[in-house]
Amino acid sequence: MNRLERLEEGLIKKDTPEMKIGQTVRVHVRIKEGDKERIQVYEGIVIRIKGTRNRRTFTVRKISFGVGVERIFPFNSPFIDQVETVREGKVRRAKLYYLRERTGRAARITEKARVYPTQQKSVSKIPEVKAEVKAEVKAEVKVKPEPKAKTKATPKVKPEE
Amino acid sequence: MINGLIGCKLGMTQVFLEGRGLIPVTVLELGPCKVVQVKTVEKDGYQAAQISFGNVKEGRLVKPLVGHYGKAGVAPSKFLREFHGGEDLLAGQVLSADIFSEGDFVDVTGTSRGKGFQGVMKRHNYGGGRKTHGSRFHRAPGSIGSSAYPSHVFKNKGMPGQMGNERVTAEGLEVIDVRLEENLVLVKGAVPGGTKGLVVVRKSLKRRLKQGK
Repeated sequence: MNRLERLEEGLIKKDTPEMKIGQTVRVHVRIKEGDKERIQVYEGIVIRIKGTRNRRTFTVRKISFGVGVERIFPFNSPFIDQVETVREGKVRRAKLYYLRERTGRAARITEKARVYPTQQKSVSKIPEVKAEVKAEVKAEVKVKPEPKAKTKATPKVKPEE
Repeated sequence: MINGLIGCKLGMTQVFLEGRGLIPVTVLELGPCKVVQVKTVEKDGYQAAQISFGNVKEGRLVKPLVGHYGKAGVAPSKFLREFHGGEDLLAGQVLSADIFSEGDFVDVTGTSRGKGFQGVMKRHNYGGGRKTHGSRFHRAPGSIGSSAYPSHVFKNKGMPGQMGNERVTAEGLEVIDVRLEENLVLVKGAVPGGTKGLVVVRKSLKRRLKQGK
């Protein structure tokens, strides 16, 4: 590693969001209007992650009023409040540029099959939701003490968050 | 005091600044520079300090230069440059990037990247001609002057020739960050030359004139 690379490592923010290509995410963006600050949510599919160290960016694509919109966020950006994962997509490439030529049903990404261990992982990725989900799961477990009910309960809770 | 230092360019990156967003910066390694000789009005006719940067094997230098460094008690160095001032300096003294601070403006001099022998379109932004429709005039300079009057080509007429690999100064660049323990200075924007190229960084001349210093 050369000196510039070492410097760049030091510039990386500590709590950069985590995500994967094909995931549907909700990006909470801090917006300053005058001296007021509010949070706007931008939801779409992660189609590209590029760059290294402090220069990494991700691109989120969504269809807004029939028009495709792509927004590029630096991972290091102080304007990102948090990134929630809504859905995991089953994709086979690193850049989903092919979505640009597709509209409607063809532009969908099939959701990743929910296997027991994978499910556990994706839940732990959202720290804020985690505690609530666990609490709710526990409550449901009390009603139905069957272990299989536990896994099925989690996906139902998540989209509501 | 002297108002500049020498060092080398490490490359570019970007930083987020509070209230200013994403800023492109060039990372410069400035110093430690050693004072090799202090020239005085009495002895040399003008006041200046000669400073050095970069380590080099003794065998890479000619013997008179080895002696010059030896006289100051300074290790053999790659580069040697002179700056005005330096009345308070002594030979052998070490200078660091602390002469610059965040928010200062500096001029950065370097040798631009060589681009070889280039035509007028790349070198002087000439328009050129059409590529198609039977055009036989593509990238040529065209007419370079009139006939009877002035019956010569004006000086400084843009012509093909060597482009780049010349001394260039980028003026009025803002200092974004100074990291003394690593001898690094982050400067806003681009700086002439390639990575590892020698740069001379001075406090901005135009800012100094404006402030009457």
